[in-house]
Amino acid sequence: MEFLSSLGVGFDAALTFSNLGIALIGAFLGTMMGALPGLGPANGVAILIPIAFSIGLGPLPSLILMTSVYYGAMYGGRISSILLNIPGDEPAMMTCLDGYPMARKGMAGEALSLSGIASFIGAIFATIGLALLAPQLVKIALLFGPAEYFALFTIAFATLGGISSTNQAKAAFAAAVGLAIAMIGVDTQTGVQRFTFGEVHLFDGIDFLIAIVGLFALSEVFIFLEHRGSGDHKEQGITSIGRVLAPWSMIRSCIPTFGRSTVIGFLAGVLPGAGASLGSFLSYSVEKQIVDPTGKTFGKGDPRGVAAPEVGNNAAAGGALVPMLALGVPGSGTTAVLLAVLLSLNITPGPLLFSQNPDVVWGLIAALFIANVMLLILNIPLVGLFSRVLLVPVHILMPLVAMVSFVGIYGISGSSFDLILMVIFGVVGWLFRKLDIPLVPVILGILLGNEMEVNLRRAMTLSDGDWLTLVGSPLSITLWALAIIGFVAPMIFGRKVKRAIAEESDEIAVGD
Amino acid sequence: MIRILSAAVLAAVTALPVAAQDKPSNTECIAPAAPGGGWDFICRTVAKVLRDEGLIDGTMQVTNMTGGGGGVAYAHVVSKRNEDEKLLIAASNGTTTRLAQGAFPGATEDDVRWLASFGAEYGVIAVAADSEIDDLPELVEMMKADPRSVSFAGGSAVGGYDHLKILKLAKVAELEDVRQVKYVAFSGGGEAMTQVLGGSITAFSGDFSEVRGFVEAGDMRIVAVLSPERLEQFDQFPTAIEQGYDVTGPNWRGLYVPKGISDETYDAWNQAIQKMVASEEFQKIRADQGIEALDLFGADADKFVHENVAEIRALSKEIGLIQ
Repeated sequence: MEFLSSLGVGFDAALTFSNLGIALIGAFLGTMMGALPGLGPANGVAILIPIAFSIGLGPLPSLILMTSVYYGAMYGGRISSILLNIPGDEPAMMTCLDGYPMARKGMAGEALSLSGIASFIGAIFATIGLALLAPQLVKIALLFGPAEYFALFTIAFATLGGISSTNQAKAAFAAAVGLAIAMIGVDTQTGVQRFTFGEVHLFDGIDFLIAIVGLFALSEVFIFLEHRGSGDHKEQGITSIGRVLAPWSMIRSCIPTFGRSTVIGFLAGVLPGAGASLGSFLSYSVEKQIVDPTGKTFGKGDPRGVAAPEVGNNAAAGGALVPMLALGVPGSGTTAVLLAVLLSLNITPGPLLFSQNPDVVWGLIAALFIANVMLLILNIPLVGLFSRVLLVPVHILMPLVAMVSFVGIYGISGSSFDLILMVIFGVVGWLFRKLDIPLVPVILGILLGNEMEVNLRRAMTLSDGDWLTLVGSPLSITLWALAIIGFVAPMIFGRKVKRAIAEESDEIAVGD
Repeated sequence: MIRILSAAVLAAVTALPVAAQDKPSNTECIAPAAPGGGWDFICRTVAKVLRDEGLIDGTMQVTNMTGGGGGVAYAHVVSKRNEDEKLLIAASNGTTTRLAQGAFPGATEDDVRWLASFGAEYGVIAVAADSEIDDLPELVEMMKADPRSVSFAGGSAVGGYDHLKILKLAKVAELEDVRQVKYVAFSGGGEAMTQVLGGSITAFSGDFSEVRGFVEAGDMRIVAVLSPERLEQFDQFPTAIEQGYDVTGPNWRGLYVPKGISDETYDAWNQAIQKMVASEEFQKIRADQGIEALDLFGADADKFVHENVAEIRALSKEIGLIQ
């Protein structure tokens, strides 16, 4: 088989002692960067670019380093989501919803090891998909015009209500806040500045990382400050870590979830501009609709609610490499940075990459397999170590969270304006938590709002303002149907949901 | 353990900015964007070649200062570093376009001194390989017959350079109302080309390097290169000029320095940059990146930038982007 022999060549190139060492270092650094709020995969890779060049790594070792950091960060993001309810990076946001409740139930170890396995499965199948299908998958990306993209993003917003809150109005309000923030900055379709008030720092819009770190991490610090000394801080409720390995029965119950979420995440990753966040979001919401439409267990520490987004975001991370390698189109922020790495290594991604640089492509794919195995080996024994974070006294942990937040954000932009903005987001996040308004829709609004608007406007420009273009292809009609089902289904089940909530009113979902 | 590791990572993150402050005597190049972009590449290339050629003492620090499409860095240089004699800042068409359109609040092209232009990438207009359009005259005739029937995709925002190239063409072709021309903005050349390949958009406007891989793979076809003469290494592609439309679209790359530095320092930088451009290493990097020569230094660079800004300003007024 041609595929296997190509892969063999790749492994041949990648499996050297120094390359394995580089992969191990990258996997470890990536996990740490992913776990620290504010430092996501994109920054992690960007920080390492100058280092890789200055120590004179060749193309393949550089790529191995970057991709193991990339995958490592995807693994690492889950750690602080589960333990602290602070997403380490934006795709890990959905993991908070069930991961943190699991940790509060004393199952932090199970949640961490289960999500580690989920990450591995998502990533390994996505890598296989990448190796087998990359040239064919490009055709899927070509099917999506602006109208189809708009319908795709509409699915995300239509299914939002059922996700993160028991109160639909509050979720809608939070999403609207996120959308409003997304409008800040230059409007690419007209070149006009919106809501910037002549402030040059706002011209590029607000970086969603600032919003995430402020809303999740800093607001946690504020909540701690509020309860300082009174002894009723919720973190203190956690004393036991639970088992370090998830029981087989729990893993087995998640197998169907693994399958569904891999496919959804991978496809979301393949579409340029959708990326890992949409992958984890759609995986979670689809899983909830299928497994638990009445909202009985999801949001309260259901293992499947931990597995789905982790499989989804890791599968999307692999999927996002498809358009990057085959079209030169980055599917996410991190792949955009990887693209820059390739270009500076004098490798031009694009339709010819597979025929012109087969050694690089297959070496890269082999590197992904190696990084994944390494990450699984690294992550499972380290679960115990990571979960010790819970035993660190809150009065030490919280200042540390604040410090990491400030340094992380300043390290990205070098601008004190962004720090002030982050504090404002922190205060807003604290207020929202007081009012029981979910924070996840705010971030989704910021992340997806721009793309959704821009694609609607592109579709309108192309059709000279004819709205019918939005339902002009079988694909877009299918996507609209899915959006409507996703929106209506929770309403039909709504009565059951209310009854279920009444039954379990003593066990209120954390919801943020 | 966790804390030690966090500290290690933090140290790595903060290393760059701290180093910049500790050694103010060192030379510095500000890239007004995140690592990995075009401005970043300018700074890293300049820093490397200047050092390798022994044109500066020690190393040149590269600082990434993001925000406002270069506006944050521009304001920083004008207000806080106006007399910093050891500072270079990367610039390109993006800088002049935003200056011309008043996108750097309260700043004009006269607030800094333009040092050099040392390369240009020329614009191209390309279509999908299976498109019915054969050459530029055919595309222009379609635009003239019904401006709304043709759409262009590009990687820059409306008013950005990929858009302006199309407007320049429309003006030369004497379209009645250039504002009629449809331009759809994408967040990068690759994304824009995907839409052209997918069939929802007629043609692509971008830089040669963006389209090169697709052309060699047989997916896209170049209709016109917007350069004064055919490209040195790729002379199979016709220019717009030889097809009867006098349009060029150079995306230049260069540097500026603060306004307040002495003439001696300006001349010294000028000499150093000229020697750098003449070096074998620089010539090789430039050729590898597919960037053509556009070498203008000192007063010539200053004149070029002012003309560039004036041209973009006039065009932007015409399409109603600025008053």
